[in-house]
Amino acid sequence: MNRIHAVLDSFGSAVTLAWRAFASLPSAPRILKRTAEHGYYGGYTTLPIVTILSFFIGAVLALQAGITMRNFGAKDLIGILVGASMARELGPVMVAILLAGRVGSAVTAELASMKVYQEIDALETMNIPPPRLLVLPRLLAVLVVMPVLTIAGNIVGWFGGAIVCHSVSFISVSPEAYFNSITRYLEMQDILDGLIKAEIFGFVVMLIACNTGLRTRGGPREIGFAVTKSVVTSLIAILVLDYFITKALA
Amino acid sequence: MTAPDKKTARFSVMREDRSPVGVELAHLEKRYGTQTVLHDISLSVAPGEIFTIMGPSGSGKSVLLRHIAGLETATSGTVTINGHDPRLPETRDRFALALVFQAGALFNSFTVYENLALYLLEHRICPKGEIRDRVMRILKILSLEGAALKLPSELSGGMKKRVAVARALVMEPQLILYDEPTSELDPIMSATIAELIATLKEQFTVTTIVVSHDRDLALTISDRVAVLHQGRLRTVEPPAALRQSADPVIRDFLNPQIDLRNPRFKKLEASYE
Repeated sequence: MNRIHAVLDSFGSAVTLAWRAFASLPSAPRILKRTAEHGYYGGYTTLPIVTILSFFIGAVLALQAGITMRNFGAKDLIGILVGASMARELGPVMVAILLAGRVGSAVTAELASMKVYQEIDALETMNIPPPRLLVLPRLLAVLVVMPVLTIAGNIVGWFGGAIVCHSVSFISVSPEAYFNSITRYLEMQDILDGLIKAEIFGFVVMLIACNTGLRTRGGPREIGFAVTKSVVTSLIAILVLDYFITKALA
Repeated sequence: MTAPDKKTARFSVMREDRSPVGVELAHLEKRYGTQTVLHDISLSVAPGEIFTIMGPSGSGKSVLLRHIAGLETATSGTVTINGHDPRLPETRDRFALALVFQAGALFNSFTVYENLALYLLEHRICPKGEIRDRVMRILKILSLEGAALKLPSELSGGMKKRVAVARALVMEPQLILYDEPTSELDPIMSATIAELIATLKEQFTVTTIVVSHDRDLALTISDRVAVLHQGRLRTVEPPAALRQSADPVIRDFLNPQIDLRNPRFKKLEASYE
């Protein structure tokens, strides 16, 4: 019962936090610099790892598809299989998981540390709402960054698949045939669905990271617990939401 | 009457009434679960007064200060600043209220200058040029002008305390709260901070509430001293009267005796044998 109460409490506080952050949206022009800084950290510095992982996910997808489809003579469809899987599912999910592990954990650690060392109290006594100064720029930044990272991940993943299809002897699908399959069967809606997922995942991950950090109580040991909690909660939220969003968009 | 031009209208007008404020606590009680930390505290702090809350560690001093700062909600009873609830943003806007935290609570990712300028920038108190002048003036008063571009992690403990005081002063507060301002400082730096608190009260005409277990600080600079013991208010008196107190708790607190033949230590010795 206590656990259910704690989950509902966290959910309520996350919703309240988002509401309070967006209530200060009119002050957005004043936080542009901070939004850009968070965008740079969350986006630009995450891009290399997104591209490396996307490349190998695309490559593995193509390889697995090649192994299965050679028995059915449907190798020409490997392109669309990799393309749609990356665009609709693996791209946004992988980017969101990376965001939770790399950026979300750092955000939780920073805010939890600010809470433990009374910096949040200092902001409150100065009548500077922490949601405006600390949460809104991060939420806005993630909304800008997620589509960019997802598109980059998708493109690199498609190329990873193309290279495998071309270079692995038992698949041997030419890049032209591979990309023809993508351009012929992949619809703009598939890409947009993936981007909608990415936006929702990114928003939720960042909200969980901020909320967990700001709700930290106690001493330095709690900072570590908060980071673990934030990452685990984000991963669960991504996968649960993925099912429901996919169902809603189907 | 002429309308303010667009450029100046962007900035909120400085509070016209800069007079120090009074603080009133009525039957304040705070419980965490089953533990009662503050029992029925009632006291009033007059405008412009230096009021010190003393007491041994764990007596509830800092919790009391957090209530006055509006950072805690009382289980029962009230705290008011000139009749207004300090938890409300409107009250904080109306009477700039500054809290100097025990550990400074400086923003570690900001430089000293940015720590001080944050309040002025966020509240659009004045244009950027004026913010710079105001911050540098306060840093100069506290002999910190050389530290403007340093991060808090590059400062000594004493400097961090002074930066925390500077950050409070830049707000031009009408009520300034100090939580253990001399803890972790050497006697010379403690004396400097004590002088600073007294001088600032004169220069900035501000109501000052200090929480401390530093007897010298409390008895030197305060107009009145409250003693908390086990969450209860033991007394509120001027320092001279407190020195003459017949209350054994207060006498023990003000003049602790170090007795190396204390039976407790004998017991400790015995346990090692």
